[in-house]
Amino acid sequence: MGGRGPVSAVRTFVDLLAGRRDAATLAPRDWEGVIWVARSEAMLATLAHRLADTDLPPTVAALFADQRAAATVAQRQALWEAEMARRALAPLGIEFVLLKGAAYAAADLACAAGRQIGDLDILVSEPDIRRAENALLKAGWEWVKSDPYDDFYYREHMHELPPLIHKMRDRMIDVHHTILPRTHRITPDALALMSDAVKRPDGFGVLNPADMACHCAAHMLADGDLQGGLRNLWDFHLMTRDFVANDPGFWEQLDARARLHGVQQVVQRAARLARDLYGAVLPPDRDGHDAADGWFQRRLLARDDWGRVTKPLLEQAFYVRSHWLRMPPAMLTRHLFTKWRKARGKA
Amino acid sequence: MRHGIRIVVGPVQFRIGSDWAEPIAALETLYRGYPQDDSRPAEATVRLFAARPWRRWIRPSVHIGGDFVVPDALPLPLSMGLLAAEMGMNLQVALGWRRHMLLHASAATKDGRAVIMSGESGSGKSTLAALLGEGGWRLMGDEFTLIDPASGDALAFPRAVSLKNEAIAEVAAQVDPARLGPLLAGTPKGDIRHLIPRADAIAAMHEPARPALLLFPRFGGEASIEPMGEGEAFVRLTEASTNYVALGEAGFAALTRLVRDTPAFGISYPDSAAGIALVEQLWADAAR
Repeated sequence: MGGRGPVSAVRTFVDLLAGRRDAATLAPRDWEGVIWVARSEAMLATLAHRLADTDLPPTVAALFADQRAAATVAQRQALWEAEMARRALAPLGIEFVLLKGAAYAAADLACAAGRQIGDLDILVSEPDIRRAENALLKAGWEWVKSDPYDDFYYREHMHELPPLIHKMRDRMIDVHHTILPRTHRITPDALALMSDAVKRPDGFGVLNPADMACHCAAHMLADGDLQGGLRNLWDFHLMTRDFVANDPGFWEQLDARARLHGVQQVVQRAARLARDLYGAVLPPDRDGHDAADGWFQRRLLARDDWGRVTKPLLEQAFYVRSHWLRMPPAMLTRHLFTKWRKARGKA
Repeated sequence: MRHGIRIVVGPVQFRIGSDWAEPIAALETLYRGYPQDDSRPAEATVRLFAARPWRRWIRPSVHIGGDFVVPDALPLPLSMGLLAAEMGMNLQVALGWRRHMLLHASAATKDGRAVIMSGESGSGKSTLAALLGEGGWRLMGDEFTLIDPASGDALAFPRAVSLKNEAIAEVAAQVDPARLGPLLAGTPKGDIRHLIPRADAIAAMHEPARPALLLFPRFGGEASIEPMGEGEAFVRLTEASTNYVALGEAGFAALTRLVRDTPAFGISYPDSAAGIALVEQLWADAAR
């Protein structure tokens, strides 16, 4: 950075979220880039909430008001979808826990403000997964994937059922039995996730704070290629900030749970990245540095002000890494070969 | 991006970037009479890009990108770059706009009141609106009509009118050739030629109008008028709206109010003259 050249749109966006940049200093062209980056990260409504009390150019203020209103509606719809799942599963006594966006909304976390919620993600205990599947199919959900290999792949190797979509409401549900693929190098303790979950006053179960932060970090850094990473990091930043404020012992609990689930490294990296990008304050004993953080940071910030990926090789590298973490090499080879043959068959 | 333009249509400021000069030059011609506000940040972005660098020159094919995209959409040849831009702009509005309820409908206004015409592609809604806009009406738009949930008013979205197939010759016979864009022959949607709306339609594009008549035109068959109940109009408009579901309760309230307050009719017509006559006849009753 160091004042050389113009500040990139994605930098400006991150600085606005972190509160390091005064919105009044943005020129119209800056806003354009920021809006584009925020949209491509699915965080426009998040930014709109962050800057709700700030003086903004009138058209930006109007756009942000639209986004806040739309996010409120979308969140209500997402929680309704959670309610639909409960009505399908509760009569059979199948307990489930909400994950990600719907959980943050149900738990009324700060990161839920404006957060986009895509599919409904739920966690059930593994012995219940078949019954859950049947109950959902009976209640109007149906398969999305018709490809036999994909279906097989999900069932054998993934941490969730193949996605189901509701035929009337057109909404997807992902039913997980753990939080990382079965074949992943790390195996979290799914039983502990379920049994130590907490019930909200409205009856929905969510992960306990330490597990929620573990899942957020694992989802962001150990599963996938950091698509949507800025949003996941924002979730992590706000939830850990608030959990610590409510309970000064939170960091120790987080350490203990991270050890239990085998995700210490990713949790620590998430905390450092939250510090470096969003200005999170860390306790002195974890305020260190790691040479590899820079790669993650560059990957997270690799967008130009048209929202395009600016470092395709780096993105590719993270894509390869995500597969590497997910599967043992022999399996990866088989998987890629099958995918390649199918792609060739299609063309 | 290499080439770019900013365009205001109704409440939306677009930013369109392109790897090629041609689509931008075509947009500059079509939108030269529209208000320019370079100091306003764009709400919607469209990118016209080559999937591989060499495809900028060798068999150039235009991919449509933007805030919202259709996955697996096929690219268009560079000769149809203008259509690609139009499709990209429509998509951003259809999927991204939340301030108003969007109806896939054309509209025209007179004395502060509006006729809204909703129908499938081929129903003639664009042609009817264009022809009304050449007569004693102000064209509000040929593709989208925006309903303000707070007031119930209709708002204009007067992009360049997209004339298709037979409608091209029919409208071209009535207007100054300088108001017509290039002929895009043999596109996936047939032949297309754009019509620049009249200056009054552009100058007054921010003026709302009260919905007074809802029409569901159908091109072909004898001229006929079929009164439509609130329930049917409601269901048809939920299907014609791209953001009805996303707006939740506000969308339901806006649509309920629209169909309760506005008389609705299905009309069939054999040719444009008959269609216009039916619109004027129903308008005379509705405006009374």
